Amino acid sequence: MIGFDNVNKWYGRYQALVEITETIARGEVVVVCGPSGSGKSTLIRTINRLEPIDSGRIVVDGENIHRRGLDIDAFRSRIGFVFQQFALFPHLTALQNCTLAPVHHRRATAAQARERALALLDRVGLRDKADALPSALSGGQQQRVAIARALALQPSILLFDEPTSALDPEMVGEVLQVIKGLARDGMTMVVVTHEMGFAREVADRILFMDAGRILERATPADFFNRPQHPRAQQFLADLRSPFTS
Amino acid sequence: MSFAEVVDTYWLYFLVGQYPQGPLGGLALTIVLASLGLLLALPAGLALGLARLSPWAALRWPVTGLIHLVRAVPLLLVIFWVYFFLPSITGVKTSQFSTMLMALVVYDAVYLAEIVRAGVQGLPRVQVEGARSLGLSWLAAMRLVLLPQALRNMLPSLVSQFVATIKATSLGYIIGLSELAFVTTQVNTQVFIYPTQLYLILGLSYFVLCFSLTRVAFWLERRLAPVSGQHPKLPARQPA
Repeated sequence: MIGFDNVNKWYGRYQALVEITETIARGEVVVVCGPSGSGKSTLIRTINRLEPIDSGRIVVDGENIHRRGLDIDAFRSRIGFVFQQFALFPHLTALQNCTLAPVHHRRATAAQARERALALLDRVGLRDKADALPSALSGGQQQRVAIARALALQPSILLFDEPTSALDPEMVGEVLQVIKGLARDGMTMVVVTHEMGFAREVADRILFMDAGRILERATPADFFNRPQHPRAQQFLADLRSPFTS
Repeated sequence: MSFAEVVDTYWLYFLVGQYPQGPLGGLALTIVLASLGLLLALPAGLALGLARLSPWAALRWPVTGLIHLVRAVPLLLVIFWVYFFLPSITGVKTSQFSTMLMALVVYDAVYLAEIVRAGVQGLPRVQVEGARSLGLSWLAAMRLVLLPQALRNMLPSLVSQFVATIKATSLGYIIGLSELAFVTTQVNTQVFIYPTQLYLILGLSYFVLCFSLTRVAFWLERRLAPVSGQHPKLPARQPA
């Protein structure tokens, strides 16, 4: 359902994505990991065209999404994106954050959107915070509202760009729980994260990236127990013992 | 002639000019000119500011050029251009009031546009991306997400610009528009012996206008700013 075909991207003279070819199936949960600057965020951001690409093709649901003339807004409204910094709209309540886009796209009347948003806030455990502004919520709560907001458009794919990296440690769990729940429900997801415990537990497949290339594709069991590529071995060793070497 | 007699003779002229025998003038004209100027300049400034921010170069470049041009020229020159140059193109003499109004709107809109641009660009970049990733078009993202946040932050700068506009109406004096400054000068020419008092009153009048505006703006600013985490329009929650 998401297909990369020889995708390349440069930032000036620096090549951020190198010959990326990969297919992600419907219902699959793919975790993308790798060291900082390896291109994982860039990769996930090309899937809803927040980043343009320089060559190659990305096909989502049969649609070449970097094609000129594509109705990008309609396309994006079917893909949920969750940002590291939450990106909630601070002038709107949690509920209004969740109803803005569905009402704007005329997917629902105000009343229907409200009903659905409340159900989603309930699902992420924040129904009682519906009328709170983002500034009154903790980081973990904000990120859960952001997930509810992404779900409000009933997307076929959810993309997570380091969803827990901006959180205090004690709030990471509550957000990962919500994402795990979505994985169990069969949502197609691509998750960029450094949470290896989460990756091991939830991912169907792990993509390891370094220097703009996908160096390893493996099941969690294989990736964590028998990493093949030297860079992946090094990466995992560094994670296990961050204070040595 | 005592100063009390001067006030007694000229107060109505000071307030409304020759109205109703002649055209409206004095304080009333200044207020009308300033209000109309602000009312027209705000949407114009918003439009220019959005054009300057827009991803479409065909829109962005000419507007950027216009902003750089007008901003680098004294308001007085803009007034002269409208007053002398515009009729030579249109063939119709522009009235002093329309001249002044046009000059003010153009000049103000350009400054407002930069305030709008700064207000929007000052927001975190992820706000745009958040809005766009929900499938909002650029314009919808501006309207629903960015401008509502930016306008709150812009309010102090907007007020400064509005105050500047009120004061700038006094330049109408140069082209003989009978606004407050012009009328006061006329009175001074006729009375001759009380320039200090007359110009003090003139200064005080501008001060009252401008200061009231800043007070209204201050009140508005406090009302718009979400002080607590609760939305200002919603009743405060009772603690459970």
